[in-house]
Amino acid sequence: MFEIDKIRNNFPILSQKVNGKDLIYLDNGATTQKPKQVIEIIGNMYSEYNSNIHRGVHYLSNKSTEFYEQARETIRKFINATSTQEIIFTKGTTEAINLVAFSFGEKFIHENDEIIVAETEHHSNIVPWQMLCKRKNAVLKVIPVDENGELQLDEYKKLLNKNTKLVAVAHVTNSVGIINPIQKIIDEAHKTGAKVLIDGAQAIQHKKVDVQEFDCDFYAFSGHKMYAENGIGVLYGKKELLEEMPPYQGGGDMIKSVSFEHTEYADLPLKFEAGTSSYVAAISLGEAINFINSVGIENIEKYETDLLKYAEEKLSSINGLTIFGKSEHKTSAISFLLNGIHHYDTGMILDKLGIAVRTGTHCAEPTMKHFGITGTVRASFAVYNTKEEVDKLREGILKAQKMLS
Amino acid sequence: MTTTDIQNEIVEEFSVFDDWMDRYEYLIEIGNTLETYDDKNKTQSNLIQGCQSRVWLDAEYKEGKIYFTADSDAIITKGIIALLIRVFFGKTPDEILQTDLFFLDKIGLKENLSPTRANGLVSMIKNINAYAQAFKAKYEK
Repeated sequence: MFEIDKIRNNFPILSQKVNGKDLIYLDNGATTQKPKQVIEIIGNMYSEYNSNIHRGVHYLSNKSTEFYEQARETIRKFINATSTQEIIFTKGTTEAINLVAFSFGEKFIHENDEIIVAETEHHSNIVPWQMLCKRKNAVLKVIPVDENGELQLDEYKKLLNKNTKLVAVAHVTNSVGIINPIQKIIDEAHKTGAKVLIDGAQAIQHKKVDVQEFDCDFYAFSGHKMYAENGIGVLYGKKELLEEMPPYQGGGDMIKSVSFEHTEYADLPLKFEAGTSSYVAAISLGEAINFINSVGIENIEKYETDLLKYAEEKLSSINGLTIFGKSEHKTSAISFLLNGIHHYDTGMILDKLGIAVRTGTHCAEPTMKHFGITGTVRASFAVYNTKEEVDKLREGILKAQKMLS
Repeated sequence: MTTTDIQNEIVEEFSVFDDWMDRYEYLIEIGNTLETYDDKNKTQSNLIQGCQSRVWLDAEYKEGKIYFTADSDAIITKGIIALLIRVFFGKTPDEILQTDLFFLDKIGLKENLSPTRANGLVSMIKNINAYAQAFKAKYEK
């Protein structure tokens, strides 16, 4: 059963006041708040078990390593990867994408090869590919979107050819919350032999992800957007592909043996984890997934979809409010503007009312350009948000509109 | 009036408001009255790119004094700009450089100057000082 009060009580930060008002936190697309069990495990790690992983003969190091590897197994199970060797810890989604851009690029991208991204990507899923294309004299192609921000699959199919080596698209767009048809994207790419990376930063906390069912080659996501500590993310990659790719960074933990004549790299997944990784954050991610599992990802998806529908209804009823990215396929975010009113002004007034939203370009300037605007106000939801909060958001928007018109 | 006098005057004006809504409503009103900024001056070189709102700032030096004009696409930012211009308009480079900017803090609008808001205002103040320094170096050797 989905017990919203119980869930909310599990997030200490939500009970505070901001500017004298009850906090309404609707900036979950940027980062989510943390449940008690995640906060506690971070404290416990430092008060009871802290020690560097994979390095000690002693009790604490063994414990720490055990918890770290347990977290990896929890993640594997959560996304249904075949092996923990396919779960690489990174700093976040951005580093995961950069890892692929570097390592996959180093091995598989050559002059005149083509890489495809969508027009509505986050900068983190554009810039690493631009950099790769520059390094290798490869070509970056862009899947256009329609007036609502939905990918134009016909145009996508036309872009695919024998030179296409990689397609990188978001599972859910961060700026407007549209769920992209990734299954079709993956299947079409595979027909021409191209590999596919899915940026799952805005999807994994809202929807069931099964990497085997998707058959994607890479799937990247961040811990802090799914109730875990900041500084940890995951790159899932198919084992046979990861094995062929050279290491991304050199250093400790990623080697078998080192001499000045020759260095042997470690096996997967450590080959891609140079240096001491953020192991406490990784362990907190395992615990965050335990939290998600305790509620049930399907229950979360159902609850949040319902909440989004309610929010769309409530906001659409405001005269002079435009929603960007109108679609049947959406999750947990509404991007909007009050006509004739700057997003920053709306955001400042909402802040005064204790409502946290994000304003600006959302690190997706090409998307804003597509809509012909300089930014939006984005309200993004998580498992702990409620319809009452949506009602207060609506009141807040009306107040902002009255003050600013 | 000195820049300190003008700031005190603004603080006095805002002292009649006791809640944030009145203060912001007044700020929005001030923003709306900011003298129209010529669109042809909204050039790339006059633009201060904030991540949130954009600010344009231009300055003219006449007989020892600097005359600023500015604009923003966000009205709250524009309100703050109008107040800043009121403080610095027609002052000498030395006066500008020696000004201790305290009024935003005193009228409860300091949050607008937080660099983390990226609204372009922090850079605007830096640029006001940079103009003062540049004009001083050019004309007052």
